[in-house]
Amino acid sequence: MPLFEARNIQKRFGARVVLENVSLTVEEGAVHGIMGPNGAGKTTCFNVLTGHYAPDGGTIRFEGQDIAGLKPHRIARLGISRSFQIMNLFDDTVVIENVMLALPEFRAMGFNPSRSVFTDRALTDAALEILAQVDLADRAWEKAVSLSYGQRRALEIAVALAARPKIVFLDEPTSGLGAGATRALAQLVQRLRKSYTIVMIEHDMRFLFELADRISVIHWGQVIAEDTPAELMANKWVARSALGELA
Amino acid sequence: MISLSDIPARGGSPFTPAMLVFLLALATAPLWLEAVGLYSYLGIEITIWILYAAGFNLLFGYAGLHSFGHGAYLGVGAYAFGLFQHHVGVSLWGGLLTAVLAATVAGAVVALFVAHRRGIYFALLTIAFGQVFWFCAIKLRWLTGGEDGLLGIPRPDLVLGPLRMSLKDNTSLHWFSAVILGLVMLGLWRLVNAPFGRVLQAIRQNEMRARFAGYDVWRIKWLVFTLSASVAGLAGGLFAMAQESAYPDVMSLHQSGLIVMMILVGGGLVSFWGPVLGVLIYFIARDIIGGITETWLLWFGLMFVVMVMVRPEGAAGLIHVLRSRLGRSPTRKQAPAPAERSA
Repeated sequence: MPLFEARNIQKRFGARVVLENVSLTVEEGAVHGIMGPNGAGKTTCFNVLTGHYAPDGGTIRFEGQDIAGLKPHRIARLGISRSFQIMNLFDDTVVIENVMLALPEFRAMGFNPSRSVFTDRALTDAALEILAQVDLADRAWEKAVSLSYGQRRALEIAVALAARPKIVFLDEPTSGLGAGATRALAQLVQRLRKSYTIVMIEHDMRFLFELADRISVIHWGQVIAEDTPAELMANKWVARSALGELA
Repeated sequence: MISLSDIPARGGSPFTPAMLVFLLALATAPLWLEAVGLYSYLGIEITIWILYAAGFNLLFGYAGLHSFGHGAYLGVGAYAFGLFQHHVGVSLWGGLLTAVLAATVAGAVVALFVAHRRGIYFALLTIAFGQVFWFCAIKLRWLTGGEDGLLGIPRPDLVLGPLRMSLKDNTSLHWFSAVILGLVMLGLWRLVNAPFGRVLQAIRQNEMRARFAGYDVWRIKWLVFTLSASVAGLAGGLFAMAQESAYPDVMSLHQSGLIVMMILVGGGLVSFWGPVLGVLIYFIARDIIGGITETWLLWFGLMFVVMVMVRPEGAAGLIHVLRSRLGRSPTRKQAPAPAERSA
């Protein structure tokens, strides 16, 4: 049984069909890439899979459970986590709190008023450990808004990892990054793939082809091809329509 | 730039200098109010409004939910207290409990409708519901006494086991309200520094991210609205005792706007103590400027305009700036204690 499986997902906004029969199967431990031109429906696909929008049709199964139409917080609690293409952080507060808020053990503290947040060693240690994974541990006590662009992208990923997910959806993690930062991010994904199943939307073809086990190509709201990077490279039709820069 | 979300000094311990000064001033107010040319009723008034403002700021400042109809819950509490005394029996605890319960129920019902909204839609809905309560208070003459309100609400004795104490004079009522306010402030301080308070602030900063981090944002917004209505109801109960009456004016739109103005002037958006400062500034301005001219609200309004233009973080922000100029770096507050840092 695949870890995550979406079948025939449809999504319309009014008369406009944005997703038409999108299917996606992700095996545990895999890195699954999603590519396609701007406006193809990639981010909408993520928004449907992680609960931001309910699909108009189709099924989404995670660990065998049907999750289509569940609210985002319910889906998040099942172990599905995501990062955002546009920066989406808690900017008034420090880096470490961004991560702490997403920790399941923090959420489990619920309304317990006897707990203090920043003096709880177990919480701060757990958050620092996650920050260390993205090389931000030394910036932990600075305000999130004071980080550089690349560091904020890394924090996006750290917040997604803090939920201790079984599967992570990364929406264009390299967007806006320079060559050096993109290299560092590729190394990070190589490390993360040992512990997480990853689905990522990416425009940077070199990055995606190096990292992904399988890639789905989305165009006009449909999956027009799905294969290993090597096979996709050999597929002239895909190469011409979507991989212009590599072919 | 400071914000409410800065890490509290000492991990949210209740024994901060500000808390101690506040509790001390509260407890001793009747002893020095008249000596400085003020009067003892002012102490009660300020105490009740601080209670109301601090509960309101949980919603307004911490969760960033801008309610402009919160006077409704103060009013519901006041009427509930009065109706209990008139129709059920003269009892302090019964009256206060009814005030809190009535405001909680009213808040919980309204929150069902407003909790899935934010920004301007949230604000407009709270105004609309506030007006509904205000209108009911005027029109349900058989229940509320119409525009005259409920008159002759008694101040019941305080009964604590074998102890019995009259609250008829203003000094004893002040001490009673002060104890209630002190307890509520300690509770709120704990709450905003506990996980719940941090989650409220996370929702203010980024509702969508909070949702994807697994928080049931709707339910938390519902809860904080209800909670702040409960505190307003408690303040309303005390208000009915202080005024020995309950009337529709406290529920009007301009009274609901007043509490927002106090929060902004005091700096509720950047500090737990903002509402306290805001209430103090308002009442002191009313008594001092009001002693000079009848048009004191005009001058207070101008002061508000100047404040928003030069120091939008309010009085609390001003104090922060002055302290950092004097070199007693409050930025230290933003860093954790050494023990945590070495973690």
